[in-house]
Amino acid sequence: MMSEQKQHVLKYLAKNIRFDGRKPLDYRDVTVEYGISKSAEGSARVRIGGTEVIAGVKISIEKPYPDTPDKGNLMVNAELRPMASPKFESGPPSDQGIELARVVDRGIRESECIDVHDLVIKEGELVWSVSIDIVAVNDEGNLFDAAGLAALAALLDARMPGKNEFNKADYDKRTDEKLPLKTRPVPITVFKIGATFLVDPLSDEEENFDARLTVACKDDGSLAALQKGGEGSLTIDEIDHMVGIALERSAWLREKLGR
Amino acid sequence: MESLHMKDRDVVVPGDIVATGMGFLPSKGTYRESDKVIADRVGLLSVEGKVLKVVPLTGGYAPKIGDRVIGQVNDVLFSGWRVDLFGPYSAVLGVKDATNEFIGRGANLAEIFGLGDIVVCKLINVTSQKLIDVSLRGPGLRQLKGGRLIKVNAAKVPRIIGKDGTMVSMIKQATGINIVVGMNGMVWIDGTPEGEVVAAETIQKIQDEAHLGGLTNRIKDFLEQKTGKKVEPRAMQEGE
Repeated sequence: MMSEQKQHVLKYLAKNIRFDGRKPLDYRDVTVEYGISKSAEGSARVRIGGTEVIAGVKISIEKPYPDTPDKGNLMVNAELRPMASPKFESGPPSDQGIELARVVDRGIRESECIDVHDLVIKEGELVWSVSIDIVAVNDEGNLFDAAGLAALAALLDARMPGKNEFNKADYDKRTDEKLPLKTRPVPITVFKIGATFLVDPLSDEEENFDARLTVACKDDGSLAALQKGGEGSLTIDEIDHMVGIALERSAWLREKLGR
Repeated sequence: MESLHMKDRDVVVPGDIVATGMGFLPSKGTYRESDKVIADRVGLLSVEGKVLKVVPLTGGYAPKIGDRVIGQVNDVLFSGWRVDLFGPYSAVLGVKDATNEFIGRGANLAEIFGLGDIVVCKLINVTSQKLIDVSLRGPGLRQLKGGRLIKVNAAKVPRIIGKDGTMVSMIKQATGINIVVGMNGMVWIDGTPEGEVVAAETIQKIQDEAHLGGLTNRIKDFLEQKTGKKVEPRAMQEGE
């Protein structure tokens, strides 16, 4: 049985309109603010309508993992604090929080935006470790895109710390050197509700979707990663269509970075 | 030595000494400490003769007996339902207060109200521990089917209703939709998608501009410009 709330969402979409008056493929206003934290090497705040996400990048020197002596470390962690939405509970990360971190991580890793080989200082002994922390400040829908954009903006903002004689990062001696970024992967999540495809969902729409596809798009218009969610199925044609929407919207969203 | 340290409609923060002297009466949002009257909320000071109160600018919903609120059923109990009031406290709707119809012994309560159902109900009892009982018996109290909910600041609810319901009446005239406003800051709207979008925008505008004067006329102009229909600020009719 379909919930009354979902029927109401479908009633809107049948008229090509959303709860806030937008068209299905319209985004809310997006703003990106850089350098919001002094203690992080790079940081950013992203607002999409009422949704707000902050991200910070910490860079340190660590030993590489034994199985990847020729690769630096890249970590993404996301937190959905109860203050962001009544749906979030305190305690260990929920499935939703883990998925958010994984999707952002995959977009950055698989686009090879950071070449982890470039982070090696001495093979097998010392590598730079880049850790991205994402915190949802307010959730009014579309945390995926907001978190992905915030993580990318924080990476763009990051400056390498210095290195002291003990081969540790020296945070008092920041350099002007940026992280060696090769592309700017922007995630766009396309939702399917009924027969309609839409981007930038509101919370009400996120609660009633059939399927969603997060597409991480690179600067040159190629794909880096996909994540499908929801109980509904998608045909090959539908996926083609959704990827097309994502690529088109990602170019627009990347402009909002301003860097 | 009696003196009022602030003017009517000044912004106060908790701890502000509003007045000195036993002649002043602390009301909602203020308290007395020795001979001083001190604010305990953020808001606008209201001075009515010797009575001092603070009209909050923001804040959660403080339950009060007799309030009409919108809640969502989130549990089925042995002899009633737990109703989420979208605030810090939840309420219990007992079987005897749920309907005028007969509910037999052993009836399946989930068939009457299920999880997620939205009801507009009245607070019939609030204990000092904020255990709340609600009732669905009374005019206008019912289950709300369809439509959508908007959450607004509970402190702004009186402005959204307007004097004698003028604001709600204007929105209804302009958009032709149904509106129910709960004192707990939940607003339920149901109608055409276009009408609902205009209503949602209007409610947001009222919230944003609630502290400014001349609100009724600005909302009238806003609605007329948005819908092209003529609206007049009038009190709500019986049965609306």
